[in-house]
Amino acid sequence: MECLIGIQGKDFVLIATDTISARSVVAMKDDHDKMYPLSDNLLMAVCGEAGDSIQFSEYIAKNVQLYKMRNGYELSPRAAANFTRRNMAESLRSSRSHLVNLLIAGYDKDEGPSLFFLDYLASLNKMPFAIHGHGSLFALSIMDKYYEKDLDFAGASALLMKCITEIQKRFIVNLGKFRVRIVDKDGIHDKGTVAPEPVVAA
Amino acid sequence: MALADVCGFKLGNENSYFISSEETGLGVPSLKDALRMSENFTVPCGVNLQDGINTAFTGTDSKVKIQFDHGTTTLAFKFQHGVIVAVDSRATAGPSIESQTVKKVIEINPYLLGTMAGGAADCMYWERVLASQCRVYELRNKERISVAAASKLLANIVYDFKGMGLSMGTMIVGWDKKGPALYYVDSDGERLVGQLFSVGSGSVYAYGVLDSDYRWDLTEQEAYDLGRRAIYHATHRDAYSGGVVNLYHMKKTGWEKISQTDTAELHYQYAAEKAGKK
Repeated sequence: MECLIGIQGKDFVLIATDTISARSVVAMKDDHDKMYPLSDNLLMAVCGEAGDSIQFSEYIAKNVQLYKMRNGYELSPRAAANFTRRNMAESLRSSRSHLVNLLIAGYDKDEGPSLFFLDYLASLNKMPFAIHGHGSLFALSIMDKYYEKDLDFAGASALLMKCITEIQKRFIVNLGKFRVRIVDKDGIHDKGTVAPEPVVAA
Repeated sequence: MALADVCGFKLGNENSYFISSEETGLGVPSLKDALRMSENFTVPCGVNLQDGINTAFTGTDSKVKIQFDHGTTTLAFKFQHGVIVAVDSRATAGPSIESQTVKKVIEINPYLLGTMAGGAADCMYWERVLASQCRVYELRNKERISVAAASKLLANIVYDFKGMGLSMGTMIVGWDKKGPALYYVDSDGERLVGQLFSVGSGSVYAYGVLDSDYRWDLTEQEAYDLGRRAIYHATHRDAYSGGVVNLYHMKKTGWEKISQTDTAELHYQYAAEKAGKK
């Protein structure tokens, strides 16, 4: 039911997540933050099994920070994504695996912006855009059609609005507002929340 | 030189938490401390409790049937004068009412309250473990534990037993340096901060009343009335909730028990008020 959306632009990556925290059919919280900063230029969005999502992402976040303390330099986005994937793959073969889906967005001085899609079966892919959750059923085709290389922030925001408006229109579950952040060369920036106009399916 | 070297930081166990926890069961070093009071709470070796326990007791074809207590209505909300906690008092096992006088607010210490929903024994036991941990923290650090830390302690403990059949949905309410605090912790390992929560089978009914009349600037009396009313309406619609409404107020000076009111009494009081309006 949760929805994570990532869009890579020219010199930034945009991540949007829904803000609902649900227990069975009840929304316990409508301002839940599903993003975890891993380092100055690395942001992770998480959804999945309750409990696992917090425990796993905090474990990853703290270990990425520990790596920096031990070695004096940071993991690149690609390295952090592969570190996360490895941990996920190992937990997958344990008695109780962590059922979480992730998007990892980062900005690297040399490689520029990058967006990684990691699902609960530990498959890692570098993508120009990515969506987790049921929202992907409605919004991926929009991304396929309208995504362009080297989008600026306005272009990426417009694309995001197209996606969440369609999700709001066709998906029966109310995902509420979406929290938006971007990662660029200067770090992680909070872009507040966006909510689509309420619409009724035609 | 890396920061870790400068600080002389050394880590003994280089293993990943997730790998070592699988090999050693519950012997995860970081959790040993949190489980100090319950070190004798051991689980059988060589049995994977995660797969078996739920179906072993509750499955349709199992010979041993344990019916866990589930029905409840509990709620808590923050407002300008602190936090209100209100709960019902009914315990059920399957279709039968086992008690109408359960204390579902667990008094952890003068500045911390926990609520009880789900398995009564699980809540009572683990919140007692939490109480002892909070006391140990106080003695070690010469200051009270924050509500955030206390709730995280509980969340980490129950997360370690995830999938082994624990059933609890609890709200940890307190007052610390940062002021009033409200957390929701459940046996899935979920832990949420919030303004307003309701937990249990009657929670949907309580949310209805609560969401309609909730404001940040409620007066104390309005808040008490709202808490009581929300629980009453939940007991009215939910067969698994009932008995009396226990109401607590978390203040800067610690919690205070405000009232204990029979829901039948409330029923006639509200009916009279409604008739009076006409």
